[in-house]
Amino acid sequence: MGKVGTIARRTFLIGAAAVAGGVAFGVYKVRTPFENPLKDGLVDGSATFNPWVLIDSDKITLIGSHGDKGQGVMHVQAALIAEELDVELDQVETSFGKPDKAYWNRAMAEDGVPYLSTDRGFAAETTRKVMGGALKLLGMQGTGGSSSVPDSFVKLREAGAMARETLKLAASNVSGVPVAQLKTANGKVILPDGTELAYTALAAEAAKLEPVRDIVLRDPSEWRLIGKPMQRLDIVAKSTGTQAYGIDVEIEGAVHAAVVCNPRQGGALNGYDATEAKTMRGVQKVVDVTGGVAVVADNTWRAIKAAEAIEFDWGPAPYPAEQSDHWAEVEASFSDDRLDKEWRADGDVDQALAGGKAVAADYRVPYVAHAPLEPLNATVLVEDGKVTVWTGHQIPRMLQQQVAAVTGHDPEQVDFVNQYMGGSFGHRLEFEHVKLAAEVANQMRGTPVKLTYSREEDFAHDFPRHIGMARGAGAVKDGKVVAMDLSVAMPSVINSQMGRAGISVPGPDTQISAGAWNNPYSLENFRMRAYRVPELAPTSSWRSVGASAGGFFFDSLLDELIHEAGADPLAERIRLMEHDVSRKVLEAVGEMSNWGSPLGVNQGRGVAFVESFGVPTAEVIEVTNTDDGIRIDKVWVAADVGTVIDPVNFENLVQGGVIFALGHAMNSEITYSDGMAEQANYWDAEGMRMHQCPEIFVKGMENSDKVRGIGEPPVPPAAPALANAIFAATGKRIRELPLYHHVDFV
Amino acid sequence: MQLVVDGKRHDVDVEDDMPLLWVLRDELNIKGVKYGCGVAACGACTVHIDGVAVRSCQTAVSDVDGEVTTINGLGTPDAMHAVQEAWVEHQVAQCGYCQSGQIMQAASLLAEIKMPSDAEIDEAMSGNLCRCGTYPRIRAAVKTAATKL
Repeated sequence: MGKVGTIARRTFLIGAAAVAGGVAFGVYKVRTPFENPLKDGLVDGSATFNPWVLIDSDKITLIGSHGDKGQGVMHVQAALIAEELDVELDQVETSFGKPDKAYWNRAMAEDGVPYLSTDRGFAAETTRKVMGGALKLLGMQGTGGSSSVPDSFVKLREAGAMARETLKLAASNVSGVPVAQLKTANGKVILPDGTELAYTALAAEAAKLEPVRDIVLRDPSEWRLIGKPMQRLDIVAKSTGTQAYGIDVEIEGAVHAAVVCNPRQGGALNGYDATEAKTMRGVQKVVDVTGGVAVVADNTWRAIKAAEAIEFDWGPAPYPAEQSDHWAEVEASFSDDRLDKEWRADGDVDQALAGGKAVAADYRVPYVAHAPLEPLNATVLVEDGKVTVWTGHQIPRMLQQQVAAVTGHDPEQVDFVNQYMGGSFGHRLEFEHVKLAAEVANQMRGTPVKLTYSREEDFAHDFPRHIGMARGAGAVKDGKVVAMDLSVAMPSVINSQMGRAGISVPGPDTQISAGAWNNPYSLENFRMRAYRVPELAPTSSWRSVGASAGGFFFDSLLDELIHEAGADPLAERIRLMEHDVSRKVLEAVGEMSNWGSPLGVNQGRGVAFVESFGVPTAEVIEVTNTDDGIRIDKVWVAADVGTVIDPVNFENLVQGGVIFALGHAMNSEITYSDGMAEQANYWDAEGMRMHQCPEIFVKGMENSDKVRGIGEPPVPPAAPALANAIFAATGKRIRELPLYHHVDFV
Repeated sequence: MQLVVDGKRHDVDVEDDMPLLWVLRDELNIKGVKYGCGVAACGACTVHIDGVAVRSCQTAVSDVDGEVTTINGLGTPDAMHAVQEAWVEHQVAQCGYCQSGQIMQAASLLAEIKMPSDAEIDEAMSGNLCRCGTYPRIRAAVKTAATKL
């Protein structure tokens, strides 16, 4: 059997989703489009052309099926449709729509397959197609893996163009003017004599027509919106306190719930005493839920306060109680029986190292919490034959399944109303809080139940980013790096995450090696091995997932070797970089930062490069070693996404990604003691605050032939660039995060 | 007890120790005020009492002895406060969840110091956490707002 066949019969990890291979499906089945869900309950006189555009006599509604966690993807989706539909963004309403197979994610397969993103060979492309087909059959609707833009870039412009051409046909039928003589702008069809027919006025006529499928997308030179600064659709609401989030959902007759579950995650509840809680003002009910107890009250604060008054007898954690035991397990995992996969075996590493190792070092990254500022919450109403869920979530159709399993309904009976999210960073890929809300609501059928986590409950049940460790070695010769040998050991975050959703995931985990195996350097001798640590604490995808760890390991080791070789950190990376698009990113960040220019005596400059989610990203950081500690002065970032859709939103997301990454690299970790996370609120793990924030200069590059998302790629290079800069400023090489264990920060 | 919020008088029947945050959100349905941490560590709940920024999650309702202004009373989408206008101009928000608190903190700062220095901005704003990392834009928006007030 050929390589492709072998691969297709295994299971791949597609971002946060698992797709079982080995299913035989015909080309016809894969090519068949799904029914348009907007046709359901469509009223007379309304027209829908595809699952993304709905026009009736008084408004134009665009569906953006990707969840908005703050990355501005609703705006981006609307802009892509509007580009071809010829509407202005202030003329439309937007909706997340309903969960539906029609909204399957066409891009999640791109980076889930075990091929380099730069590999466009037959096997790689065939596997991507096969996996894309599997995702379609599954109707895998999801937001994650920086896939929203690549999923949307063509299909939403096509959706806009289809609607526009159908509206022109409708206008032609009404006016008798041939389609070829019609123009469109500002939500109107314009006749040669200047007469304007509003799309809304044409909806009834358009509804009678089959949508026009024969369309040609506009040349980029004709774009009105893409590539130009736009005002985000949600910016006024988010500047005036009028943006509603899941936590703000107000349903008539709703009660407020709080939960306390075993802080030793997954441990049992042996017993509890809620005598006092039940007497507290406003408390209506105390109900059992999986692994804990919920209090139902007439006010969120009363519910949380009463929940805190309950005395619990908790069972032990199903994982090692102490952090040192977690590390011992990781350290013990560099063994043949735990080898998950050898991802790279280029050249002859053993021979190259036989002459002596220039560096042999261990690196570590901690557990880190997502802790989005909007605490987890969900509002659920369970009725006979129907469940309604209001919350912000990244995987709508799996949410339906998870809730249905709790309440005993069919997934199709679960109506999900997605909400704007006050951050996620991966946490809103999880289902536990939604299931708990459903458990409470199922015990109070007919009454809407709004569950809000206290911040402490949110931290205790965060499912942090996995810990990981790397053993690195390498060789240098004649001022050059000639060999790298990198072994990474981590628990499988995908296995942990999907396991909670009841999905078993065989096969190697791409997230153990991400950021460590795939950087498109052309080192003559390079070995990268991934070892799987048995599950420890339950973990979950954290912004940039495996690359947030693997990037730190790879680039830290490379930087050490470059210094051992006596080479310039930027020049040697550029010399080693065979991939043209990536080399230009490194060159750009060098120019932006004026790399090589003189620095003050206590200053240092570090560079790092990591490719993640197909986006080559390079960052330079300048620090000053002050009397009060390290101060990060400036950061420069260059990243290539093929096409920058909105330069303002792009810059904001890149700056935010860098700040998110640096804040955690400096200040934050989750550690376990007595089976519980030791960090309970933001003062224990807060990321970055404003006084630590550097100036950040951003360049979006467009040399890549594929359009990519920028939500995650700025994260992985930031931590190694900072550690490399601290080395340059102080001579101190720090090989573990968070850095505050080894240096003070201003 | 009585509260004046955004220029409107309300009678509320709640425990003395209920934090102002939850009176605003759950009793008066003023949802622009956000719950983030409950311990004055994030600033998402920031409101003004007689023009001065306070953390409403750590202010017992019985201790409120002035007029409360929330983000919803500072300005509206149709009639924005200068700080809100600056926030729009710089497109500060990502998820936006912290921005009610950031804006209220900034408005309080600018009422006290007309043209704050970078250090004064950092000092005043460092209690307000933004998990998305919009700090560079917050800094720029505060400076723009200072020129408009």
